Order: sequence, then structure tokens, then C-alpha cells
Amino acid sequence: MSAVKIFVPDDVAALALGADKVARAIAAEADKRGVEIQIVRNGSRGMAWLEPLVEVQTAFGRIGYGPVSAADVAVLFEAGFLDGGAHPLRIGKPEEHPFLLRQTRLTFARVGIVDPLSVEDYVAHGGLLGLKRALEIGAAATLEEITKSGLRGRGGAGFPTGIKWNTVADAKADQKYVVCNADEGDSGTFADRMIMEGDPMVLIEGMAICAFAVGATKGFVYSRSEYPHANAKFEKALAAVRAKGGLGQGAFGPYSFFDIELRIGAGAYVCGEETALLESLEGKRGVVRAKPPLPAHKGLFGKPTVINNVLSLATASWILANGAQAYADFGMGRSRGTMPIQLAGNIKYGGLFETAFGVSLGELVNDIGGGTSTGRSVRAVQVGGPLGAYFPPALFDTPFDYEAFAARDGLIGHGGVVVFDDSVDMLEQARFAMEFCAVESCGKCTPCRIGSTRGAETIDKIALGERPEANIALVEDLCKTMKMGSLCALGGFTPYPVLSALKHFPDDFARVPRVAAE
Amino acid sequence: MTIQRIKWDEAAARDIIAAHAHLDGAALPILHAIQETFGYVPDDALPLIADALNISRADIYGVVTFYHDFRREPPGRRVVKVCRAEACQSMGGRESAAALLGACGVDWGETSADGAITIEAVYCLGLCAVAPAALIDGEPLGRADAARLIAAVAEGAS
Repeated sequence: MSAVKIFVPDDVAALALGADKVARAIAAEADKRGVEIQIVRNGSRGMAWLEPLVEVQTAFGRIGYGPVSAADVAVLFEAGFLDGGAHPLRIGKPEEHPFLLRQTRLTFARVGIVDPLSVEDYVAHGGLLGLKRALEIGAAATLEEITKSGLRGRGGAGFPTGIKWNTVADAKADQKYVVCNADEGDSGTFADRMIMEGDPMVLIEGMAICAFAVGATKGFVYSRSEYPHANAKFEKALAAVRAKGGLGQGAFGPYSFFDIELRIGAGAYVCGEETALLESLEGKRGVVRAKPPLPAHKGLFGKPTVINNVLSLATASWILANGAQAYADFGMGRSRGTMPIQLAGNIKYGGLFETAFGVSLGELVNDIGGGTSTGRSVRAVQVGGPLGAYFPPALFDTPFDYEAFAARDGLIGHGGVVVFDDSVDMLEQARFAMEFCAVESCGKCTPCRIGSTRGAETIDKIALGERPEANIALVEDLCKTMKMGSLCALGGFTPYPVLSALKHFPDDFARVPRVAAE
Repeated sequence: MTIQRIKWDEAAARDIIAAHAHLDGAALPILHAIQETFGYVPDDALPLIADALNISRADIYGVVTFYHDFRREPPGRRVVKVCRAEACQSMGGRESAAALLGACGVDWGETSADGAITIEAVYCLGLCAVAPAALIDGEPLGRADAARLIAAVAEGAS
């Protein structure tokens, strides 16, 4: 009998809940029982509440058990889990779980399924088809596909990816770069991380497609020091591809003149902003550049540079493999395709939910997410990271779409949805937004550098009940200045969480005055 | 996993710098490698880096001080990075962080008097669906309420 394949995720969210201990316990128990097994460390299926989610390859498909702790392992063996035996933790086939059945997984098609470090497994699950097709149809047609797909930058800004690529393709230069922005600093987001840990090769392929289309020969992935596991995994994936003769030596496909280097940031949130990221890659302080010139004209080391988010580049692989129209058929309005949405914070069923644009916020939070994990009522949801607006349940009919959120003074950003229950103090959240901006400001422009500190101070006065009306008016005025006068989205968007808190949760700002002066 | 660090050694620092100096934009890779080896970026390393990269001491000083990650002083024997961002806040992260700081008798970024532990703030570890979260000497911990966080820190120390 051949070894039984057992999948134990080493996505960092699973590790944070003891997946390594579970893997060791399974190996030890199998050894004790003299059963031959092979443990595969896959990515996560994205159902955080079931992690560590262990899967067993049986004659009738993969059967999942979760959440498994090391203490459950002996009992699972006793219950015959190697043959998919019954046990209270058994969830059946993961792909038939309602949370996954409701999704449309394009960008995340392989995450949680494949062995992330196996080129063979990647190819067996449809990998490299995008790059192959790009090479067949040529650079111009590849650019056309990306443009026609309607793909917009998944990092948050939503800028059409096709325009960016075309601009770099048209630029004349001796050297061009593809830079992947993997500096996923927004709280509530982890999709980039899950790709790097669960299907790193799709990102490598996407970058190779981009390089081919625009004529670049060198790629950088700029990741975060807060993601040590993702970085180690991605480095191993690069090594695995190189070992097959790909990337810069022979063929990850026949495209051989492209190489990728992984670089790690150093804890500066602002380096997620594309021009600050380029400065940081050049070895400088991560200070935002004024635009123009655009990075597409003068980017890394002054050369034409495509700078795209992990998800945008990974999705390019799917688009080339399946065709622009197949991608554009999903979505609503000007938001085409799917969005890997991250359900986070105080939510019962948190994790990765990829779906076509257009799903409503309420559906995401209540139907799919199951409400709060504390069981209290939902009071606020912050969408789009620390620079995103706080929405009350009254706005739960908002469809997940760039324009629909903008119309309600919000943003979808990188697709993070952070749920808060009714114990949240929205004044405290507004203050945190200002404080965070002050901590992370690069210091180049005054509205952001000074405004954030004054904003936090003024909110402190409101908290003490000092001249609340005048101080609230001052905060609103300050937000206007930051919004209009900041160089980048850090100062420019910090007003979103602050103003939305003020607008939708005014009661939290009505504090009792500390003393009646004079 | 306790991180092994060595005391300041100029020859070792020069080796590290030489190994990375050929990279485009080498400053961050060098600073990371220096910190990994010594636990922090010693002042003595700065002129060496400036020299190797042909930039001024002011330039490299500016880079080191810009990034939150780079420490100017040796950390404690253990380094705990606790997330302070919104997703963790929504799950009581403020409370568990306060409890850990209290138990260790330190404030953010400080090292305990006995040199046992340094507690640093981070803004998001990507563990937002298993919040609150921390990295204890690089090992992730999810659903880190006060009791679980303090226990995990204590367990690793023993």
C-alpha cells in the first residue's frame, strides 16, 4: 500500500493555532502504528475557524477534519481518519463546504489544494498555462488581454492594470522592472500573504507574464518583515523554480531572461505606497515621491517600472490562461472579475472569501461571516484597512464595488473587512486612525506629518468633553486639509475612518465635560 | 526557538556588508543582516556601511532611523512583537497587550530590567482572522487573549 497523503497547512494562521504540533503528532502516531504516511504542508483553504484543518487523501477524495489539536490526533487515528472515518471534527470534502461552495476562486484557485513548493503540482493544477499562452500570442496581445479583462489594481487604488502595463511597454529604456508590492500593511488583510504561502508560483508566473508583455528583465518582490513565514516560503518557491531550470537560467516556460529577487521592508507602513516602496527598494528612507513622473515612466532607479500588487499579478496568470472575457464576465459596473475578500476581526467565520464584485457588505458580514465571534451585535465594520471608512449596519446594503463604496465615502482598498461588536468605542477608533498616521507618516508633507498629531490631540480634548462642538468642527476642518493637501493616501485617506466615525457614530463623541471651568 | 546573536565584531560586520554590497539598493538587506547577527544595528556598523555603499554617514543614519524595525540598542533575550492594529483591537488586543506589558513591567519598545524580554509594537501580522496575534521570537500566536499570550511567552522562556 502506498503512503497515505495527509495535508497539514503551514499557512501562518494555521501555525498560530498549533499546526506544527499537529503535524508532529500525526507523524509520531503514524510511526507508532506502523502506518506509512506522507505529510504535505499545503496553504490554507481560508476557513480560519477550522484551522488547523487537516485533510486526508482517501479513495473518494480529500476529507477534512478541523480544527484539530495535537491532543485530537490519537483519537482521529482510532476513528479511522486515514480512510475518512467519522469523527465530530470531520467536515467532509472541503470543496463542498458551504463557505467554499459560495465562492468563485480564480486568483485563489490552487491555494490550500496544492503543495506550494512543487512545480509538478503547480503544473498539474493548471499552472503555467497563462505564461505559455502569453508567449504564444505575443506581448502586444498579452497587453490587450489584460486591458480587456478590466483588471484593476488590487492593492487598493483600483487603477486599471492594462493602462499601467501599456505605459511601461511603450516606454523606451535599456532596463525595465516589474515590482510586486507585497507590503500588505493594512490591518484586516492577508490575501497577499496567503498567495505567497499557499501558491507562490502563481505570483512568479504573473510577474513573468508582465515582464514578457512590457519587456522587463528584472523583478523585485517587496514584502514585509512582519511576514517571516511568507518570505521564507516564497524564497523556497523561487529556489524550486530555479532548480527546474527556470527564472533567469533556463525555463520557467521558455521565458529565460527574467529573474526575481525578494526584498524585505522594515516595518514602515508607508512603504506600501508605491513611490515610497521604490525609494525603500533603492536603499533609502521610505519617503513618498511627488508624481509625476509616474513610476511607469521613471520608477525603480529611474527606469520604467510596473508596480503591481500581489493579487493583480497573480490574477494576470488566470486571465491569460482563461481569457480576458472569462474574467470580465464576473463583477459589476467598472469592477470586473473577482475580489479576494478577507473577513477579519470580530467575526465568527473569518478567512478568505473570493467572489465576484457586487456581493453586499451585509451578506459578507452576516450570512457568510456569521456575525461576530463574541456573539454580540455588529456595530461597525471597517472596510479597506486603516485608511478605510467605518460603516454601520445601516449601510450593509452597499455592494462590494469600487464605485459603490466611494459613493458612500468609503473604499474597498485591498479587500479587508474588519468587524467590531457593540463594545467598540468609535472615538477611540477615530483617535487610533490619527495616531497610526502620526506613527507611520514619512514626514514629507505637512498635512500628514503635523495634522495627524494635532488630530489625535484634538480628539483627546473631545474625549475629555472640552468644547466638543468647536473641537469636532476643528477635526472636520483638519480632515479636509489632510484629504486635499497630502501627497499620498496615508495622510489623504486617514480622514476616512475619522469622518465616518464622526458621521455614523456621533454618540460616541458626546462626552461629559470633565469640569465646568470658571 | 531562541535567536542566537553574537556580540559586536567588526570583522563579522565587514563580512556581512561585503556579502550584500553588490545588490542594487543594498542598504536594507545589509541592515537586516546586521540586525539578525547582532540583534540590533550597532552605531559602529554605520560608518562601515556608509563606506561600502559610498554614501554619507548621515544618509545611512537617516535610513536606520526611518524604519521601525531597526533597533539601536541590544534587545532582550526574547523579542515579542504584539499587533496593535484594528483587527486585533476588535478582539480585545488592547487588553491582552496591556496585560503582557504589565506582567513584564515594560512599555512598548522597552526591554525588561533583567534583560529577559523586549516587547515591540507591530501593525498587522496578517493574522487578522485569528486575532489578536503576536510573534514570539518569530513564532506566531493566534487568538492571543491575555492568558494565552502570557502563558505562551512564559512557556517559551522556560
